[in-house]
Amino acid sequence: MQTTTKLAMNATPTSQPAVASHSAAQHPAETATLRAEVRNLDFWYGEKQALKAVNLPIHDCKVTALIGPSGCGKSTLLRCFNRMHDLYPGNRYSGEILLQPENQNLIDMDPGLVRLRIGMVFQKPNPFPKSIFENVAAGLRVRGVNNKALVQERVETALKGAAIWDEVKDRLHESAYGLSGGQQQRLCIARALAPQPDILLLDEPTSALDPIATAKIEDLLTELHKRVTIVIVTHNMQQAARISDYTAYMHMGDMVEFGRTEDLFTHPKEQRTNDYITGRFG
Amino acid sequence: MSAPSLHSIVAANKRTDIIVASIGVLVMAIAMILLAGVMIDLLASGWPRLLHGEFYTNFPSRHPERAGILSSIVGTSLVMLVTASIAIPLAVAAGLYLEEYAPRNWFTDLIEINVSNLAGVPSIIYGLLALGLFVHAFGLGETILTAGLVLALLILPVIIVATREAIRSIPLELREAAYGLGADKWQTVRLYVLPAARPGILTGAIVGLARAIGEAAPVITIGALTFIAFLPPSPLQSTPPFINFEWLWSPFTLMPIQMFNWVSRPQEAFHVNAAATGVVLMVMTLIMNGLAIYIRYHLRKLQR
Amino acid sequence: MTISSLPASAADYGGASAAFLRRRAFWNRVSGYILALAAATSVLVTVGIVYVLISQSIPFFQHVSLWDFLTDTQWTPVFEDAHFGVMTLVSATVTVAGIALALAIPAGLMLAIYLSEFASPRVRETIKPFLELLEAVPTVVYGFFALLLVTPLLQTFMPNLSGFNLLAPGLVMGIMILPYTASVSEDAMRSVPMGLREAGYALGYSRFRVATHVVIPAALSGITAAFILGMSRAVGETMVVAIAAGQNPRFGFDPTQGASTITAYIVQMTMGDLPHGTVAYQSVFAAGLTLFVITLFFNLLGFYLRRRFREVY
Repeated sequence: MQTTTKLAMNATPTSQPAVASHSAAQHPAETATLRAEVRNLDFWYGEKQALKAVNLPIHDCKVTALIGPSGCGKSTLLRCFNRMHDLYPGNRYSGEILLQPENQNLIDMDPGLVRLRIGMVFQKPNPFPKSIFENVAAGLRVRGVNNKALVQERVETALKGAAIWDEVKDRLHESAYGLSGGQQQRLCIARALAPQPDILLLDEPTSALDPIATAKIEDLLTELHKRVTIVIVTHNMQQAARISDYTAYMHMGDMVEFGRTEDLFTHPKEQRTNDYITGRFG
Repeated sequence: MSAPSLHSIVAANKRTDIIVASIGVLVMAIAMILLAGVMIDLLASGWPRLLHGEFYTNFPSRHPERAGILSSIVGTSLVMLVTASIAIPLAVAAGLYLEEYAPRNWFTDLIEINVSNLAGVPSIIYGLLALGLFVHAFGLGETILTAGLVLALLILPVIIVATREAIRSIPLELREAAYGLGADKWQTVRLYVLPAARPGILTGAIVGLARAIGEAAPVITIGALTFIAFLPPSPLQSTPPFINFEWLWSPFTLMPIQMFNWVSRPQEAFHVNAAATGVVLMVMTLIMNGLAIYIRYHLRKLQR
Repeated sequence: MTISSLPASAADYGGASAAFLRRRAFWNRVSGYILALAAATSVLVTVGIVYVLISQSIPFFQHVSLWDFLTDTQWTPVFEDAHFGVMTLVSATVTVAGIALALAIPAGLMLAIYLSEFASPRVRETIKPFLELLEAVPTVVYGFFALLLVTPLLQTFMPNLSGFNLLAPGLVMGIMILPYTASVSEDAMRSVPMGLREAGYALGYSRFRVATHVVIPAALSGITAAFILGMSRAVGETMVVAIAAGQNPRFGFDPTQGASTITAYIVQMTMGDLPHGTVAYQSVFAAGLTLFVITLFFNLLGFYLRRRFREVY
């Protein structure tokens, strides 16, 4: 086990820094519907500290965008949520990511089980070399769900949810590699949706796509967040502004500012945030 | 004028380059001609026997014109069956372990050094292992099982190396996609890594088996008889359980051993038989290697 | 941490049942052990080889002193007056391997230079499969070739060449290891960085001069490794010599006469009905141990040079 957790910190939730309370103070009603909560999370790649005491609330059925210059730790933070870092030696966590409402620290859980609850879509579309149907069914197979009718139904729901059903319904059993890049990415979203994850993580999902495909995915995400909690990393501020409900600005491993998207973009509290969103920096 | 002009230097450079390139082509051509020469020489010498149907359906005999390779064809097939069913699963498992599971410690280092060293151990040494351990210490005797086992150990490193290369060439994205979906390590390996590595593993397995088919040395040492005028019991039977493993304990001969036996005789008529056996052997190994090269080529095209 | 950390609350794992997750965790753990076991069997093979060679050689060396084994120049294991001078077999082995390398080194080097520095990628990709095929020819076929084609051919202009000799199998073995040495040294040459070559070209070198003055010196340890590993193969090769070199143990380095190599001796003895437990039987393992030690030395040296070369680039 490469993770270390300071359990002592669990007992003192009052020691939360101001960042998270920024929004909580403004919108007290929403604290009740948190889906997850990052508390004092540190992360190291070997000797190099990539996240420094990060705090972040993840609201249920909302889109939370992580922005910041490259190397700021936004992707690193995202990959903490499904414990992707555990695949590589030398990585180390300290702190908590509490899944709500059961208040369970996923840093303490078995990474394999965490990934069963939290889906992920990657930068580059990465379908499996299988049929479209089997790609979407993959998450169900991994969970031992083999009931034919159930799988069929879940695949269809997921493909509809990812707004790609009409394009592929007549060729479900053809290779996924025959799809365009944008279609492949929506297929990957469907694949992540099929097992109905608690949280859906997206790591710059449109960075490898053209503007039209990007627009389709953005539409899809605005539609989706009515049902799914989404955390998205984006290098594109306009995208964050367009699709997210909350935005977190990170810089060099620090969580600089978090707030409702329209507040953060119109009235940033921090100078560094202001510099970044006005394009003076980054 | 003492210094040669630039023009003459360039011209001289070009000349050497052309000469060297031609020597390279020449060496290449000689190698090709040799390959063709081996084939043609064998064909020409073995021709009279190759056309006789009896050559394939007769047992060995004291009379060269009546001798055939039936028992060695059957022997080779059955031994290869044992070899493949031992070597492929074992080597694939070992390759998977080394690439996907092995922690970086002394045990892994030991296995890695050991595998690359085993690849360089002369095949006859494997024969001594079989003689001392399988035949005498384990009491397996001079049987198809012993031969299949020793050839399996011989080609183990070939398939392990091929498996590792095939697994290493699988992009990280595929693995992350699987883990990201919630697959654990074994599911990732079983459902995604192994299927993606299959063509590469298959290539390695075919190359390994082609090598095993042509090997005589490690099997001669266990005292494999060459005069086998009978067939092992059939693996299939008409009464339940329909499968029969008695053949594993049967004496046998192999095509390369049969060929060695015939080529070592003074009578020229037996050399004809040897050549004809050589043709059959060459055709088999060339087909297998050709298949392996084709799969690899096809694979490369797919990956582009 | 596995299933025991399952939350008490009914967390949904996307439809995975608790029983399925238990089974999954079980196989995840067990599969690792099973695969490790498979990998460990490769170590058992080595242990088995060393055990067999040493356990059979110990009684042998109780009969024959190590000194006699290494200095006697006769090898007559089945005679009344038995001699066990392994150098008899080693001398023939070295002669054949020497002839093979005398052919394989220059030809392999030329081929490697051609493939790495001159041939276009397309030519290279076409040629390499043929080299692989050459490598795949069964050794017993090469033996046939040495005895029945190369020896008669050589006899036409070397009348005193014996029917069994070391020259023909040596040459054939050279051809046999050529593809291997060529492709390993080509790998070494191609991994020399382009920047070094460009430095040579910038000085006005010809391709050949770049090859001989830049690439070969840079790739030298890799190329040496190729030839050492080729040497190891030549020393351990069996069928060619068993067929074409004869079975008469004779100390000396005359390639025109037949002589028994280590490998040929092992084949010759194990083919007959060798009584288990006799000194003659044990001598096969003593010869095998000698062969194993020689090839192990070459292999380790070769791997070391190759690894060192890879670390540089």
